[in-house]
Amino acid sequence: MKIASKKIALVLAMGSFANLLMAQSSGSESTNWFVYILLAVAVLLFFVIVIQVSDNMLAIEAKRSGATDDGSSMSIFPSTKELIPRQKPDYALDESVVRSSRGHDILLEGEAKKTVTAGEQVKTFGILPPNFIGISPIPKVVVEAGQNVKAGDTLFFDKKRPEIKYAAPVSGEVIEVNRGAKRSIAEVVILADKEQKYRDLPTIDLEKASREELVEFLLESGVWPMLRQRPYNIVPDPSVAPRDIFISTFDSAPLAPDLGLIVEGRGEAFQKGLDVLNKLTDGKVYLGLDARDKENAPSDIFLNAEGVKKRFFSGKHPIGNVGVQIHNTRPLTDGDVLWTPDIQAVISLGALFSEQRFNAERVIAIVGAEIKEPHYVRTYQGARLKELLDGQLEKKEEELRFISGDVLSGTKVSLDSFMNYYDDQLTVVEEGNYHELFGWLLPIAPRPSISGTFPNFLFPGLHFKADTNTHGERRAFVKTGDYERVLPMDIYPQQLMKSILVSDIERMEGLGLKELVEEDIALCEFVCVSKQPLQQILREGLDVIREEG
Amino acid sequence: MKKALLNFFDRIEPDKEKQPLLHTAYDAFYTFAFVPDATTKNGVHIRDGMDLKRLMVHVVLALQLCFIFGTYNIGHQHFVALGEYTGLLEGLHLKLAHGVLKLLPLYVVTMAVGLGIEFFYASKKGHAVEEGFLVSGALIPLIMPPDLPLWILAVSVVFAVIIGKEAFGGTGMNILNIALLSRVFVFFAYPTTISGDEVWVSGLAATAAGSGVEYGWWHNVFFNGIFESLGWTLFDSSSTVVDGYTGATPLSLAFKGGWDAVTAEYTPAQMWWGTIPGSIGESSKPLILLGALFLAVTGVASWRIMVGMIFGGVVMTLILNAWGATDFMEVPWYYQFYMGSFFFAMAFMATDPVTASGTPTGKWIYGFMIGFVGMIIRVMNPAYPEGWMLAILFMNVFAPLIDHYVIEANISRRKKRAAAVAKTA
Repeated sequence: MKIASKKIALVLAMGSFANLLMAQSSGSESTNWFVYILLAVAVLLFFVIVIQVSDNMLAIEAKRSGATDDGSSMSIFPSTKELIPRQKPDYALDESVVRSSRGHDILLEGEAKKTVTAGEQVKTFGILPPNFIGISPIPKVVVEAGQNVKAGDTLFFDKKRPEIKYAAPVSGEVIEVNRGAKRSIAEVVILADKEQKYRDLPTIDLEKASREELVEFLLESGVWPMLRQRPYNIVPDPSVAPRDIFISTFDSAPLAPDLGLIVEGRGEAFQKGLDVLNKLTDGKVYLGLDARDKENAPSDIFLNAEGVKKRFFSGKHPIGNVGVQIHNTRPLTDGDVLWTPDIQAVISLGALFSEQRFNAERVIAIVGAEIKEPHYVRTYQGARLKELLDGQLEKKEEELRFISGDVLSGTKVSLDSFMNYYDDQLTVVEEGNYHELFGWLLPIAPRPSISGTFPNFLFPGLHFKADTNTHGERRAFVKTGDYERVLPMDIYPQQLMKSILVSDIERMEGLGLKELVEEDIALCEFVCVSKQPLQQILREGLDVIREEG
Repeated sequence: MKKALLNFFDRIEPDKEKQPLLHTAYDAFYTFAFVPDATTKNGVHIRDGMDLKRLMVHVVLALQLCFIFGTYNIGHQHFVALGEYTGLLEGLHLKLAHGVLKLLPLYVVTMAVGLGIEFFYASKKGHAVEEGFLVSGALIPLIMPPDLPLWILAVSVVFAVIIGKEAFGGTGMNILNIALLSRVFVFFAYPTTISGDEVWVSGLAATAAGSGVEYGWWHNVFFNGIFESLGWTLFDSSSTVVDGYTGATPLSLAFKGGWDAVTAEYTPAQMWWGTIPGSIGESSKPLILLGALFLAVTGVASWRIMVGMIFGGVVMTLILNAWGATDFMEVPWYYQFYMGSFFFAMAFMATDPVTASGTPTGKWIYGFMIGFVGMIIRVMNPAYPEGWMLAILFMNVFAPLIDHYVIEANISRRKKRAAAVAKTA
């Protein structure tokens, strides 16, 4: 499409050039240029046909004589393959590589150094029921403050789906069960033991167990909520076997962790996890691999993973999002259920079998311009921010925004709160509560933007120090076409948003709402000139459909 | 300095309940001077530096060359009609002064009336003043004839803003292009002020044959006073219109006698560079194309619409050339772009992001159809030899329909894909 439009532009440019030339030469005689042009086209066409026919005859003759058996081309025209230089990286030569030109990489200051430190300073962990989409506000909490738990012991379950057990990430003492608005359960807090104790798990033979037995075991062990289901990004329904399982092995979000580093040393558990997932689906397990970097191959653990279908992806953010990868592999269609566990969930799943214990270990990237030394920390799910960020902050708490996740789709959390159950990244940026004089016209500080009105394209490698200022006020939707520019999916986000706002369920589904979750649309929200809350609108739409059944 | 200004703004803030209109105006100026200190709440934590104000102001920036050239050309055409200072740079100060005296009131009245209505509605509905009129208000003076009576302009702006925009819910909700709506209002309600040969040259319609030009206080006292003290040439009230000068635009000449009639009056270079009578901003093609390039490169306006529109225009002119039933149809296809306001409409009118098609595919179709239909109206319509205003308004109405079909295609593609995915299982 893009090449085609460039060609049209070229033809038009040449036409206007010819027009200038003709403007010089045209005399007072009325000459019929149209006839001349038609004539010229006809003559050209004639020659093209003659050459094309003889070329084809040459090719047929060559084939008959066996000259092309080695794959060489006898045609006088270069084939498209020869014209376009091969762009596949060496490590993905024999694989299919999905390439997308849509999207945008937001480069921010504060990328993590590739070192993982042991997070011994983190002692408090919290599991937050609101992290799980669709859970009832008051789940049944089966522990009390003061009680000791082992890693993997059940903390609470949803009364609507009692078979799914939400487990303690660490062993220790339950110190608080905090309630939020309307007596909902906000967080269950555990003070971790020095020596971690793991609950005894029932034994199971992975080779012989049926799917039902395996599901039963996973539910009981407490890893089940780590798997996630599309549509809606919810904890999967145990009674439904997923059509396929998709795992993205790279994250393209701003300041995202290097998943290759996270998986380092956990290869065995990861492969085991993939084996388990293969038993849980009748379809296939797809692994989305990073083909963005031509020089450096992704981690060998991903490249050599067995029993999975590998798909390579190259492009800009959100190409690393599993939703985008699904859309470009085998899209989610009506009635389908897919699972999209992240790689640390796969590792936890595999550890049940390779280490015989409930291992909720997580490597978390601590990033952002406001972090003294951005790095990785090895800890457990739900680590307390204050302890994670020990000695890493210079500014005061109220000047900073703490984000569990990335700057686009993460959750705003307070320093006293905990990491989100699913997140592997903690971003700290500056709050942007300042007035900027004529900031809309003459911005002083550089800022990330996809707009050509900023001179950002002159500094392609520049990393920005972004803050949380909205850079403008909320307005009605304007059809700038920016959403489509950054979403590598065949979806029209603005029309979808409008259909959600008017609660037109049929249209929402028709326009592909079920294929999206917040992280996929987050970049569209970032670029929106009208500063509309797209992720919030999207979730409202998903909730409506989910409740309709 | 910044702090003092902020304090000043804080001190003068009017009460929102008691004086809603005043507060709305205050808020508009406050947010004009300062980007608010609002931070992201939920959803994304950082936002793109681009907002609607910045988007709109870039269109206004792209129009600046047209404003400058328009000012000059009003004066230039005026003196050409009088047969004085016919060289391009002769009497430059007089031409610019005359141009300013014509263009500035148009601009001031447009802005005052338009923004007044915007402020009123914003305070009434309790939302912030929106930026849309920044662009509409800059476009409206440029598409009017220089001598348009100010009260007609005011009425047309009132019509366009209230019926065209506020009735639909404000900026972003309107179906028709506001600037063109005000022009089409003048066109149908007061046709004599915006069609015919005389109106495109300042002072021509008001000057009876043989009698002197009527200059007012600004010409005779204010500017002549300044120029006299500088020792420059002065406005001369005794000058008369040259015998036989009609002020006909290339298009009306082409309609009457084809390309030969046009070249008898104007050279192609003259038409290309824009020293011809016409609406104030439309005449200079290179300057408009510069603006268009600026908009396309910065991504403010859709290049798809622009290219589509050129394509549509070319296809239609080729068809007309082949048909060749009238002299106008036989005008060489490339010369059609030398005349009239094709490029101005392409760069600034068709690309309005509110009223255009919203989908990339739709934008191609929308642009193409404007070029196609507009050329038909230009060449075949007996009353009025230009088509872009009507073509764009026409396609504005069809834009939602185009989008509808593009969207339906997406929906049915998704349904078909479901079947295909199920098969490969």
